Amino acid sequence: MDILGGLVHGFAVAFEPLNLLWCFVGVLLGTLVGIMPGLGPPATIAMLLPLTFKMSPAGAIIMLAGIYYGAKYGGSTTSILLNMPGESASVVTCLDGYQMARKGRAGPALGIAAIASFVAGTFGVLGLMLVAPPLAKLALSFSSPEYFGLMALGLAMVVLLAGRSMLKALLAALVGLWIASVGTDLFSATSRFTFGEVELLSGIDFVVVAIGVFALGEVFGNMETHDGIRMQPMPKGLRNLLPTLQDLKDCRFAFVNGSVIGFLVGVLPGAGSTIASFLSYGVEKAVSRRREQFGTGVIEGVAAPEGANNSETGGALVPLLTLGIPGSGTTAILLAALVLWGFRPGPLFIPDNPGLFWGLVASMYIGNVMLLVLNLPLVPLFAQVLRTPSYVLYPLILGVSMIGVYSTSSSLFDLWLLAGFGLLGYLMRKLEYPAAPLILALALGNDFERALRQSLMMSEGSLSILVTRPISAVMLSLAALVLLIPVFGRVNAWRLQALEQE
Amino acid sequence: MEERTRNSGDVASGLILAALGLYIVLQARHWDYLVPDGPGAGFFPLWYGIAMIVLSLAVLASGLRRRTAPAPAAHWSKPGRALSAWLAFAVSIALCKPLGLLASFALLTFFITGVLYRRPLRVAAVVAISSAAGLYLVFPLLLGMSLPVGFLGF
Repeated sequence: MDILGGLVHGFAVAFEPLNLLWCFVGVLLGTLVGIMPGLGPPATIAMLLPLTFKMSPAGAIIMLAGIYYGAKYGGSTTSILLNMPGESASVVTCLDGYQMARKGRAGPALGIAAIASFVAGTFGVLGLMLVAPPLAKLALSFSSPEYFGLMALGLAMVVLLAGRSMLKALLAALVGLWIASVGTDLFSATSRFTFGEVELLSGIDFVVVAIGVFALGEVFGNMETHDGIRMQPMPKGLRNLLPTLQDLKDCRFAFVNGSVIGFLVGVLPGAGSTIASFLSYGVEKAVSRRREQFGTGVIEGVAAPEGANNSETGGALVPLLTLGIPGSGTTAILLAALVLWGFRPGPLFIPDNPGLFWGLVASMYIGNVMLLVLNLPLVPLFAQVLRTPSYVLYPLILGVSMIGVYSTSSSLFDLWLLAGFGLLGYLMRKLEYPAAPLILALALGNDFERALRQSLMMSEGSLSILVTRPISAVMLSLAALVLLIPVFGRVNAWRLQALEQE
Repeated sequence: MEERTRNSGDVASGLILAALGLYIVLQARHWDYLVPDGPGAGFFPLWYGIAMIVLSLAVLASGLRRRTAPAPAAHWSKPGRALSAWLAFAVSIALCKPLGLLASFALLTFFITGVLYRRPLRVAAVVAISSAAGLYLVFPLLLGMSLPVGFLGF
């Protein structure tokens, strides 16, 4: 199927009334989640994942993706009004967005954030549409050693950029591999790490770990304090939200910069939208004629990072859908969702499921339009969500998490596991162990082990197969290089500086 | 304060993860390392277990090295709140069987609102009952999900 034909087919899927509804529900939920500080898209997607089992896969992926990119729109609202990012990708937006709000220009800041998100988000989907099919064709020639190399590189990149301490990030990934090993061995039917519990023979459900570590970990972490929220005045009326023509002119380069950098960073595993927005802001500042004013309320300082973090979504879906390799915690959960619905993301995903892939792509175009329409006039209304008291919100998240986990297996044992992983998630936050490597290693764990063992079967036990095949050799060399970065002082200083921004 | 908590956390987490790594290695030795077809069930866990021991010892060592520097006493009120919430959550799971999920969730909400957030008991009761009713409306009633039911019948 060519791109145009695929897109026509995709719009036919996305315009089905129920899919349109799920797209709307996804982007609306995403916006609300993005606005809410302390509740991120991975936690929300993990919580809602069990509820999608009764939906059609197309509707479900359209809704979950809507939450993913919708949250990027919403994240700017709290950055601009509260100087508190709704999610990590909007950290950089605080720098100029909040200063604009303090100067009484909250409206144009919110408006340009929505417009930049729309322009760059649409560019990201265009990139996904153009890059994914040829990459999938290329990946058809990959075998187990190449997949092992790719997964090793993906894990290494996430470890590199997940937290200040690479040691802790690596340990989190190893714990993820261990959790993935629990249950019956894929090849020999040996039961591993089951502690004599029958319930563990089939392994630990990904949903339980994801909800526990992300949703519960975040809730318990946020419950340490009950600080109030002080918001900058919200502009009233659509006219006050629209940027001026001069503002739009000032942001011309920021739109292009955010779109391109966001997409390219998205395709790289591990880099994520926070790095994309940080890089895009840096480039914008470097080329601007008024760079000395950055940080005092310059509108390009809002447009560039907001654009980048939205374009990144399209880029991040490329390796997920064509290679089956997620690059972040959120895409790892999306990978698990696809697997749970019976799909296998990888080179054959697009040819085998054209309706699902093109339906998702088309829904993202529609979703971006919905988000622009929702975010421009309704942002003052969404901001009211910030007034929801924590003592109402957090117990509800705990309740939805309990029901979500119980609904997947009807087992109280899984609820105990949820409590355990909730505690683990909280302690990881507290002790600065990043959660993303754990979730990614858990999502990839079985495939990673399978690829290694199949490679060694192909070579009759010789590890040389991993370095004699060119693609796997390049991937593994890059992975090794990435893990050695702390040894190179200047590069490591850049890494730490980038992480400081988070 | 934060530094001290982090150092003792690094020491404790380094020890726990080293113990976990040791357990993984010991378990992996009971399973086949290599079989005629290729690697066995113990091959992969053995290697990541060894890696876990090495890396956790490095975390432990860095925690111990930084610990020698004097630091103010750690403040435990913040984690105390979070751990109380977690404990309440665990108790509510234990109560799911006798009381049912919705009733135990209502009790959890009452505790969080009334005790942790110090709202008046009347407010806590309203929040608990309305939240449980909301979940009942959405999940069992609208989505047809079955939840654990207690002796009260819901």
